[in-house]
Amino acid sequence: MQLPKKDIILFSLLAALILIVFASQGSAYSVRVLAEASCYAILALGLTIQWGYAGLFNAGIMGFVALGGFITMLFSFPTNDDFWSTDLPGQLGGVGLKALLSIAIVYSLTQLKRFGISKKIRLPLIIVASAILYLWVVTSLGPVAEAIESEAGFIGGFGLPVWVGWLVGGAIAGGIAYFIGHICLGLRSDYLAIATLGIAEIIKAFLKNADWLTRGTLTVSPLPWPVPQAGDIGFIAARAAYLSVTAVMIAVIYFLLYRAYNAPWGRTMRAIRDNENSSAAMGKDVNRRRLEVFILGSVLMGIGGAALVTFNGIFDPSGFLPLNHTFLVWVMVILGGAGNNKGTIFGAVLIYIIWTMSEPAALFLIDVARNMGTAWFDWQPPGDLDSRALQARVFVIGLTISLVLRYAPKGLFPEKVAHHA
Amino acid sequence: MNEFIFFFNSVVINGAVIGSIYAMGAIGVTLVFGILRFAHFAHADMMTLGAFLVLILTALFPAVGPAIGLPTAFVMMPLAMVATAFIAVGIDKLFYKKLRENNVKPVVMVMASVGVTLMLQGLIRFFAGTGTQSLYIDDRKAIFRIDLPFESASRNLVVTEPQLLLFLFLAFAVIALHLFLNKSRLGKAMRAMSDNPDLAKVSGINTNTVVGVTWIIAGALACAAGTLLSLDVTLKPDLSFMILLPIFAAAIVGGVGSPYGALAGGFVVGLTETLAVFNWTFVLRPLEQAIPALDLPNTLAFVPTEYKITIPFFILLAILIWRPTGLFKGKII
Repeated sequence: MQLPKKDIILFSLLAALILIVFASQGSAYSVRVLAEASCYAILALGLTIQWGYAGLFNAGIMGFVALGGFITMLFSFPTNDDFWSTDLPGQLGGVGLKALLSIAIVYSLTQLKRFGISKKIRLPLIIVASAILYLWVVTSLGPVAEAIESEAGFIGGFGLPVWVGWLVGGAIAGGIAYFIGHICLGLRSDYLAIATLGIAEIIKAFLKNADWLTRGTLTVSPLPWPVPQAGDIGFIAARAAYLSVTAVMIAVIYFLLYRAYNAPWGRTMRAIRDNENSSAAMGKDVNRRRLEVFILGSVLMGIGGAALVTFNGIFDPSGFLPLNHTFLVWVMVILGGAGNNKGTIFGAVLIYIIWTMSEPAALFLIDVARNMGTAWFDWQPPGDLDSRALQARVFVIGLTISLVLRYAPKGLFPEKVAHHA
Repeated sequence: MNEFIFFFNSVVINGAVIGSIYAMGAIGVTLVFGILRFAHFAHADMMTLGAFLVLILTALFPAVGPAIGLPTAFVMMPLAMVATAFIAVGIDKLFYKKLRENNVKPVVMVMASVGVTLMLQGLIRFFAGTGTQSLYIDDRKAIFRIDLPFESASRNLVVTEPQLLLFLFLAFAVIALHLFLNKSRLGKAMRAMSDNPDLAKVSGINTNTVVGVTWIIAGALACAAGTLLSLDVTLKPDLSFMILLPIFAAAIVGGVGSPYGALAGGFVVGLTETLAVFNWTFVLRPLEQAIPALDLPNTLAFVPTEYKITIPFFILLAILIWRPTGLFKGKII
């Protein structure tokens, strides 16, 4: 395999950019940017297999990130004795049993068809029963949740190792993806986009408002790290250790994806993406393959989100924004080259550096504009101009997406399609 | 009786108000879906954009409304609708047309519309800030309290002026759209293209004109929906994704590509939403006096208000599971 000249040039430019960041911003800050970029790279790899391998539009990356972050918080945060020493866990378990019982009742109602009960009777029965049982569970959860909030704050974590949280976070993200994908993947591709957008907002709303579980807007910190923290070995060493953990993860994921891409599974995926009808005619189970790749990508997003939240050290449900956690990842993938893992990692690092640097740049530009405006035109700038300037970075993200789609739809590193003679 | 009036005020009227807004948005989304075959994610931001144009016009000419006796913003709305329609056509020319000509997949169009939505958001936030604003600058919101001729009814039916204007405008828009789609040549061409684009093309329909008209209708309706929503509550720049989901749900419930379905879908989603967050305790109070054993909690709602966003989502999932073509048999699945 020869190394193409273009790849070498682009990667050396990226390396030069990283060196500039190190020289101008100091090591501690730069390692932080790189560590965050590596977490974003995991997210981007998750998206590139959904979008690049299978052409699935996932507009709800934020939801999977938030879920991964929440699960890792729940598993790795130290246990809360205020909660476990009372009888509240028992009460909460009681509510859980009620919920399980309700699910069992509704499920058994759906199985009534085995006894020959017609759909006309079954359906209203199921709907009425689920409404009543739902209200029963919710009203019994209410007081318990209030008691937890007033007596213990929140239920705390389980005090398990961080990597358990990461893995479970990925698994649960995959479970949610199965639920959505199962419903939407047989339909038009747009419906998946709409549904994922919705699930992301719902996950965020849940994490923000379920104070007994997540402390809501009060946030949870500090989250434990899988490596020694800054307090023990200093900022640079701790962040570098974290970066090496995520780098190893990326390497493993990259290797596995490389194998999968070149395996029959990957070929089937690309065949489905490029021509759904012909691959269906060849006997491929289109929806099943798509479901697999959607779940796999979402698992990676859950793990990446868990790593990102852990690195930040704080679980703040209101901090999850569609812009930062969905569309930024989109830009990384389509600019880097959808379906090309190397390009995706390149795009993730490049875009994340540009994104972090754009904050001071936007503030600087707006400051210049303000000074010029007040000096020359006697202009009264509004007080929230700085926050507006930061919000306006949304525009640049949107413009990048439009321009890339229009002029370079394959990205900087186009997917290499092997041609067999 | 009072309980019933309370129920009527907070569920029927509010549900119809939000349902009308969803319906207006969903008609635009469903038309774009039917003609151009992609889910237009920038629709909610076109609504916000239209409302901001109205805000600018209202700030420029605050005295127009009181002279006529209507809210200034409502008087300015037609102007802003024209402007938004042109902006919509411009956006299409700039960002969607080339992609369409390159025959990209619908998903790529969806992504392009996400790009547009982000750009619009950025512009709106940069020029208008992130705070909430009121469209009433020089005038006040009129509230009508209607006394009911019943002995036991001490509460009034409450309707505000913007809500009445909203219902009137929706009725007007639906009738106009109905006449346009069924009587005019262009409207028939639109329906033909939505049914079968290739057949429409070979029978000599100018598809570019049809696409342009679609954007004009979608843009104008988006502007009206945004303005009337902001008149009823306040103008928020971060409306975007929160209102997009119910609008898409309404369009899919009604059956994609069917404007009448979108109208019905809007009301279904709006009324379900208000019913689900409605606090039943107030209505059930009299029962508590009759049956002392019944102990009602303070709030008895199916869904707490902060989880309102889940309702359109579950409506959407339910419809996708049981009837993916929508209630009115839309064409595209």
